[in-house]
Amino acid sequence: MSLAKRIIPCLDVTNGRVVKGINFVELRDAGDPVEISRRYDEQGADELTFLDITASSDNRDLILHIIEDVATQVFIPLTVGGGVRQVEDVRRLLNAGADKVSINTSAVLNPQLVADATKHYGSQCIVVAIDAKQVNLPDNPPRWEVFTHGGRKATGIDAVEWAMKMQSLGAGEILLTSMNNDGTRNGFDLALTRAVSDAINIPVIASGGVGNLDHLVDGILQGHADAVLAASIFHYGEFTVQQAKQYMAQHGIEVRL
Amino acid sequence: MIDIAIVDYGMGNLRSVHKALEHVAPSLSIAVTGDPDIVRKAKRVVVPGQGSMRNCIHELEDRGIREAVIEAASHKPYLGICLGLQMLFEESEEGNVKSLNILPGKVVHFPATAMTTPNGQKLKVPHMGWNQVYQTIKHPLWEGIAEDARFYFVHSYYVETPAGASIAAQSHYPFPFTCAIAQDNIFAVQFHPEKSQSAGLTLLSNFTKWTPNF
Repeated sequence: MSLAKRIIPCLDVTNGRVVKGINFVELRDAGDPVEISRRYDEQGADELTFLDITASSDNRDLILHIIEDVATQVFIPLTVGGGVRQVEDVRRLLNAGADKVSINTSAVLNPQLVADATKHYGSQCIVVAIDAKQVNLPDNPPRWEVFTHGGRKATGIDAVEWAMKMQSLGAGEILLTSMNNDGTRNGFDLALTRAVSDAINIPVIASGGVGNLDHLVDGILQGHADAVLAASIFHYGEFTVQQAKQYMAQHGIEVRL
Repeated sequence: MIDIAIVDYGMGNLRSVHKALEHVAPSLSIAVTGDPDIVRKAKRVVVPGQGSMRNCIHELEDRGIREAVIEAASHKPYLGICLGLQMLFEESEEGNVKSLNILPGKVVHFPATAMTTPNGQKLKVPHMGWNQVYQTIKHPLWEGIAEDARFYFVHSYYVETPAGASIAAQSHYPFPFTCAIAQDNIFAVQFHPEKSQSAGLTLLSNFTKWTPNF
């Protein structure tokens, strides 16, 4: 057979704890990152993504220690993002044990960072995260705009064009989050996911809005995503990663069981 | 005495390989090193690496470690991972660079825009994620690993091997390509055993115990 579609649990981390927000606000504690990582690894997660959502720079180093701990116990790919501003930040995260580093706001403020980081460390370890919000007027064709600073700042940049530009600068993968859907549990923005995935040749991870296992199936089959990311359905024990994979396999999706 | 030298030539993240080897062989002394003398003295050598082949070959030369790597590949248990596999061949399309020329074959790019599945779905490059590794030979490093186990891949280039090459496994993306090579004391893989959970750890553990006979 061929390449499996990936399931990636996402851990939003602040002050050393995993938290979960709704529409980018209202945080709720979900537990210890190392413990949660081990649990997902045992359940068959294909990768793990950590987003450092610490607002201030005071506690930035906490994430390095967490990644160091996780990397000695869990032997699957680890992606880390949040607050990456310069090539030096990429280096520190890779040295701590990250396999890929995700760049979001800084890619918009300084696209050259993406080019420099991929030149130094290779495309395979640079993920560009895009937070996109639907902005078209009613009855107009769908259009999505890139937002930065954790979803607080509009940029005026078209999300599909931005993904293409990031690919041309060397990004190895796109982590695409729908701000409209994030935390709603109503499913991915399938039109957005499909528009971006069909426009580029690098893999796309769909993110934002998963509330049940059908949403994961839809993200792959209808959204054309290469991987699906989810947080709350796994954090609070509703489903295990293994259950999600079995469900996807039953729907004809190739997964690593 | 160093049991295993992980060759550090400034290309990519060696920490994962180091931690995974420590995990499977806690009693061995394992060094991440750019020192050719340590590489020469080590019982086993692991050559990982990510990034571009041109930089990789230049770094090996600039750091004076190229000869030590070639020497290790000539007689001691040698595990190449990703670029550590690709560099063993004659040349790479990536930056049109001459590689170490230890094995016959050429490293080429996936035909990015032309690849689809039988049902028409676009295949992305890099080839990233868990793919099945179909073993084509019996080998001590495959011991305890299913003949079609999934391993984690992330690469845009692969090696085209000539007829009669010492292929140890193939994967499909969408066509079959060589993803593992075994010749005498050399075992080299395109995928990342250090990131491939239990199958990967088993392979690394097998390597730490392997005595090639040739």
